[in-house]
Formats: sequence, C-alpha cells, structure tokens
Amino acid sequence: MITFTNNSDSEEEPCNERTSLMSAESPPVPSYQDGLQASEAGEAQAHRKRRTGSSRSPNNIADGDMSDSGVPVRESALENEEEELTLKYGAKHVIMLFVPVTLCMIVVVATIKSVRFYTEKNGQLIYTPFTEDTPSVGQRLLNSVLNTIIMISVIVVMTVFLVVLYKYRCYKFIHGWLILSSLMLLFLFTYIYLGEVLKTYNVAMDYPTLFLVIWNFGAVGMICIHWKGPLQLQQAYLIMISALMALVFIKYLPEWSAWVILGAISIYDLMAVLCPKGPLRMLVETAQERNEPIFPALIYSSAMMWTVGMAKPDTAARGPSQQAWDAGEDGRENHRSPSHTDSQMSETRSPVPTRPTTSLEELEEEERGVKLGLGDFIFYSVLVGKAAATASGDWNTTLACFVAILIGLCLTLLLLAVFKKALPALPISITFGLVFYFSTDNLVRPFMDTLASHQLYI
Amino acid sequence: AFFWLVSLLLSSLIWFIAVKASDPRDQPLQKGLLIFGVMFSVLLQEAFRFLYYKLLRKAIEGLVALSEDGCSPISIEQMAYVAGVGFGLMSGAFSMINLLADALGPGTVGIHGDSQLYFLTSAFMTMVLIFLHTFWGILFFHGCEHRRWWEITAVVVMHLAVSGSTFCNPLYVGSLVPSYLLMAAAAAWAYLLSGGSAQNLRRFLLCK
Repeated sequence: MITFTNNSDSEEEPCNERTSLMSAESPPVPSYQDGLQASEAGEAQAHRKRRTGSSRSPNNIADGDMSDSGVPVRESALENEEEELTLKYGAKHVIMLFVPVTLCMIVVVATIKSVRFYTEKNGQLIYTPFTEDTPSVGQRLLNSVLNTIIMISVIVVMTVFLVVLYKYRCYKFIHGWLILSSLMLLFLFTYIYLGEVLKTYNVAMDYPTLFLVIWNFGAVGMICIHWKGPLQLQQAYLIMISALMALVFIKYLPEWSAWVILGAISIYDLMAVLCPKGPLRMLVETAQERNEPIFPALIYSSAMMWTVGMAKPDTAARGPSQQAWDAGEDGRENHRSPSHTDSQMSETRSPVPTRPTTSLEELEEEERGVKLGLGDFIFYSVLVGKAAATASGDWNTTLACFVAILIGLCLTLLLLAVFKKALPALPISITFGLVFYFSTDNLVRPFMDTLASHQLYI
Repeated sequence: AFFWLVSLLLSSLIWFIAVKASDPRDQPLQKGLLIFGVMFSVLLQEAFRFLYYKLLRKAIEGLVALSEDGCSPISIEQMAYVAGVGFGLMSGAFSMINLLADALGPGTVGIHGDSQLYFLTSAFMTMVLIFLHTFWGILFFHGCEHRRWWEITAVVVMHLAVSGSTFCNPLYVGSLVPSYLLMAAAAAWAYLLSGGSAQNLRRFLLCK
C-alpha cells in the first residue's frame, strides 16, 4: 500500500521518524495520528508477511506484505497548496521509491543469475502442496490454481487474525510475532544465503568468522529495524530482507503457481484496500480511531527527518500546531493494500501560524516522504526474479518486466497524488509486469533474435 | 522507454503473426517478412513517439496550470531530450544486452564464416542508434511544437533509412558510414534548433 504520512506532528515523531522509520513495539505517541497509520501498516505488513509465510518463516512473509496498508490522507483546508506541493514533491517521491525498488530487484536478479541454488527445485512450501510435475497441461493448471487458492486463503486468514489482534489490543503478541519473524529472516535466511553465495564462488570460510559476521549483521539489523538507527542503514536492511524473502519465494514456488499467485494477490490487494469491509481498510480505520501509530516495522519509508534536535521552546510551540494537526488527521486515513506509500503533506503544518514553528515547517517540508510496504517490494522482486530465472529470452524479458513495474509504480504514485488515500501498489505494476513478461517472452524474443542474427536494427 | 517497449511489443506481435501464418521454409518470403517487420516497427516507433509527445503536452499544460508563476518547471525541449534518451536507451539496451551476456561466455566470433567484427560493429551501430534517437526526439518534438510537418517526415525518413541501411550488413561500410553521416547531420540540426550556434560553440570550445 502506498500511503501518505505527515512527518512532523509531534516532537517525538521527528525523532522516531528520523532515527527509526519504524517504531518499535509500542506506539510512542498515542495521540499521534501519523503513527497510527504507520502502526496499522506495520501490523498489516506483519500480517501479510505471515500470510504468505514460507514453510520456514510464516511470520516474515505476512509481515512483509501487510506493512503498507495504513495511509491516512489528510485533507487540509489549503488544497491547492497541497496539490502543488504534492505534484512538486511527487516527482521526488517517485525517485525516492524507484531507487530502493531498483536496488532490491538488482540484488534478486544478480543472485538468481549467479547462484544456482535459487533456481533449483528442491521441494515446495507446505502452502503449495500440489505438485506441478504432472503429465497433462490441464492437471498442471488445476494444481497451480489450487495452490493459489490455498496460499491466498492463508494470507486472508492471517490478515483477519492480525486485524482481530489489533482490535483487541494484543500489542505484545503482535510485537512478539514481528520480532520473531524478523529474527528468522535476519539470521536463518542470511545464513543460508551466505552459504550458497560462498559455495558458488568457492570461497572457504570458517565457522567462527561466519558466526561473527552473521551475528553482527543480524543484531544490527534487529536494532535498526525495530528500534532506532540511521535511516540509510534501516532502508538498506529492509531492502535486504525483502530480497531474501523474494528469493525464498522464487525458489520454493512452482512455476505456474507463482504466476497465478502473483495475479491473485494483486486482485486481493485491490479488494482488501478499497472495499469497505476489507481487512486492511478496517485496520487503518481502527488505528485512526485510536490515534495510534501503526507498526512501522514493515514499511519502507523514504522520509528524511531534519527536525531531530528541536529545542524546548520549539517543541512547546509545536504543541498547539500538533493539536490542530491531529484534529485534522482524524478524518483521513485510508489503507492501501499491502503497500502504502505515505507522502507527508506539509500543508497540515501550514495552517498553524506559530512563529517558532515556521522554521520547523520549512525544515519539515524536507521531511516529506513516501512509504511503501515491504510486501510490495517482495512481490515486485519475485516477478522480476522469476522473469530472470525462467525466461529463455533472458535479459530482454527481465529488462522489460523491470521497466513495466517501474512505470506501474509511477502510475500508482500519480493516482496517490490525485486521490490522496491509501492505494494498493500491487495491481497496476503486477499487471503490467505480467503482461510484459508473457508478451516479451513469446513475441518479442523470436523477433529480436532474428534481427540480431541478421544484424538488423530497428 | 516504456513507450518504445510498447511499440516493440506491438510490432513483434504483427511480425509473429505474419511468420506463423506463412511457410517457414520459404527463405525469400521469410526475408521479405523480416523486412516488412522492420519497416513496420520503425513506423510504429515513430507513431509512439508522437503519442508520447501528445501525453507530454497534456502534462505540461497541467503543470503550467498548477504552478505559481505560469510556467512549468520543465520545458518541452527538456522533455524532448529526455524522451529521445529514453527511446534510445531502451532500443540500445534491447539490442545489446543479450550480446553482452553472450560475450561474457566462451566462444569464437565468426567461426562459421560470419564477420569477425560482429561485436564491434554491433557496439558502434547501437551507439549511433542511441544518439540518433536522442536527436530525433528533439527534432520530432520541435516539429510537432511548431507544426512543421516536414521536420517530422524528415525524422521518419531518416529512421527508415538507417534501419534500411542495416540490411547491407555484413557489408558494414554500407550501414555504418551512412548512419554516422546521418547522425552528424541530425546532431547539427538538433543543436541549431535548441538555440545553439557556431558562435556558442566557438565560445564553449575556447572556454570563454
């Protein structure tokens, strides 16, 4: 889901936002509207991650998916100003999201192309019990559809479970779940990944060194993601765990099931975020009612907070502005599908003309950021990775899918700027990606191959 | 880039259908179909460039309406340049990337009697095409802006000529030389259209 979030609401927000994109277990500022969506998104993400969980770490996947869902849209009275600012910063947001998505895809494609492990078939997840080694095409199709149904229902169940947990305020449980899943991702998957990469390049590494490396990597990752850390490091860790998750998916999902699942999950995304009774939407609304920050643990945020060192008088002056802002925030909130991008609207700050805060407002303008759920990262990377792994046209297909996904993301962000509510980030991109994959692989490849063999140029 | 990709998709769809509907053993027919495919693809690319121009025009109008001082933050010339670069990069990437991937592996160039300069000439041809696309972007948009149809037709004709000249491959002098000459001409034309002049160039070169 892509959501907009306001950056600077409370004095703590900047601190939290800046140092840690995702707040840890408990919402730091209960009255903070922004956090509310973040926590919702986080829970949604955790939920999603769990839904799509692999055999090894169900939590991770659910978490990854859900993170995006919360996005409250704050309509400010100064809509024009808002629109202008939106469009002006819209391009910046797009770039801010392009870079991490591209990085994640590059990591996944590079791994797929070099490490043989991730393209070998070594079994399937328990979520996809039906095999695809069947003699007939019809049987294979049927099996993949059944696999998809099972996977999607697991996801739905997990999402609903998360919403229920959130509704009944079982925060500790949710936090524990999140921590467990990120523990698994950071330690177990990294260990396997590192092992396979070392095997591919025939590099020997002794166990003590390995232990040291993985321990440091994992510990710093846990701190960065769940507590406080430099923004860049946090973003880097999020990209890495998304890539790891995507690699697991690529390895363990059988071919046709993977494509059908991608299609089905974008439809589900669309429904979960936009339907009134959709779980993600309910999550967002509940969080909004309670004025709580959402778990930021599973959202990628590109916001830069510059207002870390606020002096006392400033914070005091921000008090009133905060109130006005919070009040304004009450009304908007839409969770988009698993991936929400939050764009910070600075106009919420502008209505409050307090003298000491003007400088804050100016600074805060820089804080606008966009939040995208980790689930979106994961599925984009799964699409591109599968294209790289299975397409016979190799790089052309991969490149085409990459461009298609980025254009889809662009369009989604454009719609975000227009509608100003949480939007599902999966459907458009995945549709484009799928269309381009199948068409490039079957239509463009023979054409380009023939052209290249005759050295003709178009 | 996206628009170029879509045009490629559509043109390969047409070619694919044509090939499937025809006899695969008839060599001259296949060659003819290929030529037809190439020409059709060129025309489609230019058509998509035009569509892209229309889209950007609307975008600029929107930006102007929303901006504070009545002018958009990015001019149509800049957009023309970016569009050209996008087209060129996509076309270049699609032409070269499989070649590059294969070049990493083992093999001997031209072992079956083909030209040994395959990689080299491919690289040069791709480079000239990328440059040409950039210049054509500028020329095309300028022609659309000022309603000079002859500029647009000149771009289309140039594109057809360059693609057609590649049919001379492996007689590389027949394809590379005309392409480079056309590129120099297009470069000069685009430079003049963008407001450059001989004086500017002299001043730039002499670091004044």
